[in-house]
Amino acid sequence: MKPGPFQRVMFALYAAVFFLYLLGPLAVMAVSAFNTPQYPQVWPIEGVTLDWFSALFADQDMMTGLKMSLWIGLLVVCISVPIGLAGAIIMTQIQPRVRSLYYLVVVSPVLTPGIIIGISTVVFWRQFTGQTGTRFLYDGVVLTVLGQASFISAYCMLIILARLQRFDRSQEEAALDLGASYPQVFRHILLPFLKPALASAAILAFLSSFENYNTTTFAILSDKTLTTVLAGRVRQGSTPAISALAVVIVAVTIIGAIAYEIAKRRTDAAAARRQRAALEAEEAELSGTPAAAMG
Amino acid sequence: MSGSLAFVFGLPLAVVVFFFGLAAYERRTGVATGGGFFQRNGLPIGLYLVLAVGFWAFFIILLPQLAMVDMSFRPKLPPSQMGGPKDLYTLENYRYFLFGSTTSTEEWNWLHIKAFFLTIGVSIVITLINFAICYPLAFHMAQSATAARLRVLLLLLILPYWVNEILRAFAFRVLLSSGGIINQMLMGGGLTSEPIDFLGADVGLYMGLSYAYLLMMIFPLYNAIESLDTNQVEAARDLGAPWWHIHAFIVLPHAKPGIASGCTLVFMLTAGALAAPLVLGGPRTLWFTPIVYDRFYQAFNWPQGAAYAFILLVSCILFVLVVLKAFRLSLGEITR
Amino acid sequence: MAAAVELEGVNVTFGDFVAVKDANLTIEPGEFFSFLGPSGCGKTTLLRTISGFIEPTRGTVRIGGADMKGIGPNKRPTALIFQNLALFPMMTVAENIGYGLRVRGVPRHERDEKVKNLLIQVALAEHGHKKVSELSGGQKQRVAIARALAVEPSVLLLDEPLSALDLKLRQHMRAELRAIQKRVGITFIYITHDQGEALTMSDRIAVMNAGVIEQVGDGRAVYAEPRTPFVAAFVGENNQIRGRITARDGAMATLDTPLGTLSGRNPVALDVGQEALLFVRPEAMQLRANGTTVGFAGETLDVAYEGSVTHVTLRVKTGQKVMASLGGNPGLALPTPGEHLHLGFRPEDALLLARPERH
Repeated sequence: MKPGPFQRVMFALYAAVFFLYLLGPLAVMAVSAFNTPQYPQVWPIEGVTLDWFSALFADQDMMTGLKMSLWIGLLVVCISVPIGLAGAIIMTQIQPRVRSLYYLVVVSPVLTPGIIIGISTVVFWRQFTGQTGTRFLYDGVVLTVLGQASFISAYCMLIILARLQRFDRSQEEAALDLGASYPQVFRHILLPFLKPALASAAILAFLSSFENYNTTTFAILSDKTLTTVLAGRVRQGSTPAISALAVVIVAVTIIGAIAYEIAKRRTDAAAARRQRAALEAEEAELSGTPAAAMG
Repeated sequence: MSGSLAFVFGLPLAVVVFFFGLAAYERRTGVATGGGFFQRNGLPIGLYLVLAVGFWAFFIILLPQLAMVDMSFRPKLPPSQMGGPKDLYTLENYRYFLFGSTTSTEEWNWLHIKAFFLTIGVSIVITLINFAICYPLAFHMAQSATAARLRVLLLLLILPYWVNEILRAFAFRVLLSSGGIINQMLMGGGLTSEPIDFLGADVGLYMGLSYAYLLMMIFPLYNAIESLDTNQVEAARDLGAPWWHIHAFIVLPHAKPGIASGCTLVFMLTAGALAAPLVLGGPRTLWFTPIVYDRFYQAFNWPQGAAYAFILLVSCILFVLVVLKAFRLSLGEITR
Repeated sequence: MAAAVELEGVNVTFGDFVAVKDANLTIEPGEFFSFLGPSGCGKTTLLRTISGFIEPTRGTVRIGGADMKGIGPNKRPTALIFQNLALFPMMTVAENIGYGLRVRGVPRHERDEKVKNLLIQVALAEHGHKKVSELSGGQKQRVAIARALAVEPSVLLLDEPLSALDLKLRQHMRAELRAIQKRVGITFIYITHDQGEALTMSDRIAVMNAGVIEQVGDGRAVYAEPRTPFVAAFVGENNQIRGRITARDGAMATLDTPLGTLSGRNPVALDVGQEALLFVRPEAMQLRANGTTVGFAGETLDVAYEGSVTHVTLRVKTGQKVMASLGGNPGLALPTPGEHLHLGFRPEDALLLARPERH
């Protein structure tokens, strides 16, 4: 039985309201970035301007924060992806009786409020660096990277684990059997297999780091990232320059999404072509053409 | 304080030794097959795995949490006196949460207690509302959307979440401020003559909080419902089951772990949210995380802040565990 | 010259489960040797023990005379062809074949030369640049063989590599595998549950059951001269009748069964009074005129005419089914279902084996 026309209309209505709720606020904010008044305003449109974008790029604090955010994001990727990879591999090898405890420990940062992660990171490293004479490590960038790495590594692990569970162990054994050493198996077989998951994990790690506020606001100490500068600006008052920043971020995201879609279509097409070739070869073989015979 | 340093390095060591002891034992008794850990991975890779995960589990996750808990039981002291004779364990910070300053005239620390319960209560309500909002869409995506439409829906869902939390909250400020578009529409339509103070009444905060973690609800739901065999729903329809019956007795029980994990995520994140209260909260807004924040950066009382953070964490975890117990679910099931 | 592979008292246990029990075996250089048995009989475990993925719990594995204890799979002179082939999807066909040489540090030009030769040998010369996913099942099979041969192993181990193939192709590949083995002249150890494969390709066959090697011999020996009831029942079709030995006469013996007194060869020298099983192959059965006493009488259940041969199923008075494959004598009148029929056999074609004790 198909849903009746009434149900369909109701669902369409619901979906419209849902996406209005989801996208409406952003659209409103985006419009205000192009409107001339000092205070972010959507209606009436008093004049279209790009001034708020130049104001945004002229904001030195924002630009410093942006650089810092990009730098921290890169560091987090460099730490979280290898940790997430190791975490996922250990997960598949650990004894069953300690697996659930291990899982609980490493996934707990995903559920812990970010503010608590930030606080605990600062508290621990302040003590630790003080006592071990490594005070130079008590630094906003180091602490932010460590704090963010706690839960971002868990995201990475979950992504990598999902693919690792589909890994065919006989691939590893085949390479070993052909004489590869363990590091070679890791480099030649496991890493290439995990490459798509590692790439997704890296992208997710970077974006999560870039947009993080709750953990960062504590761990960054006296430094500033884009989000902490932004929070300060927003608390001071509203200006359309902030809306302009949102427009830039959305634009970059959409461009990224489109680029990804194009790349995916391409690889999908290549995979489809290969499958067609395999089917043709199969048919040729079964009909007994000479291609199937061996010298 | 060399004792705590010994602990910092001794704990990971003890766990690693225990771990390998267990592995050796299991190999001898023949439960595990194959070679040992280092034999299986090779020495360089094996070392990388142990060190990376060890550093993560201990120095990034466990020890900081323990340090925070430890600090919450210590008095506020200037750095020179730390580790000195006055540095004794105390419940002072927890007492403060309940009864406030010793010089206060109030019997209880109402401001903080109220904020705490309001935070928990509002988080519960927001979690339930988010579930109600997301369920129909998740069901549609999982059971009846075509592949192409699904891709579009996913993109539309994820897009707002690349914009950071502060900006998302800011969007609600633009929307709901007294000169904002909602008030303009209401006044233009003659529904109200004065702009409504949505932000002062915390409507903005609650909407912003609900909005902030919508995605965390929809994906676990979607994953759980997707694993349900479409034929099961079709069969029930063929047998003439009314739509509410199908949802109540087939889809919801099947999706229980997904519902639980979505609700847990949304609840924990909402209760721990900091950005939305900072951006959308008015001066009279009660929310627990800004209070924690202020312990650190207004009152400069770190031990007290740590105690407040710990109270929040423990209450949230306990609440989640109790609810899971009530629905007969294990933590392992929902994190899968 | 040392034996290619020697197993000496090899035992493999997983916890309480005994996967391989006391395997003793010598496989000669250049031999095509098969392990035949149902799934779960321990043949794959034994293969993995030879290739080094499993250390025997007890016993010794020697390859080319050298003890393999503590030597990992990557250090043994063996190459394994996996059941699912385990080709590397991220590499091209040529890269797959050259992988073993690459990890051995063979210089690129030398490697390329060798891969080129192997590609020609397996008739894939034009396909070296392709990804594995572009190949047909048979082509993949040949890539796996070339990849294993590239490292010049002294023993090639094959774990049911044909099981995923289409029937027609499977038969074609049998001949090819045999031809390759003759050409390269190295020892092949082949694992299969398909007796047809084992019988057509192998020089010798080890029949395995429940972790135990029951019998080792060439195809004719395991088919015509089985030494245990399991081998008699597993290799080819067989009728079995329980009974007790009542008399011995040289190489022959007579036993008393619920279907009357029957005789057969007595290769394991069973004594009078012993519990025994009598095995008669369906193709050893002949139609007899009504009233003959030696043989089986019963109601015809099913008649399947196959041209050269007709398969007849009979239900005898104990309720047991007896199968007969009758030769395609053009003058032969075929029985019809429901008809009462008599089947007989020459005692020389029947075999007596000890009945395994019940546990």
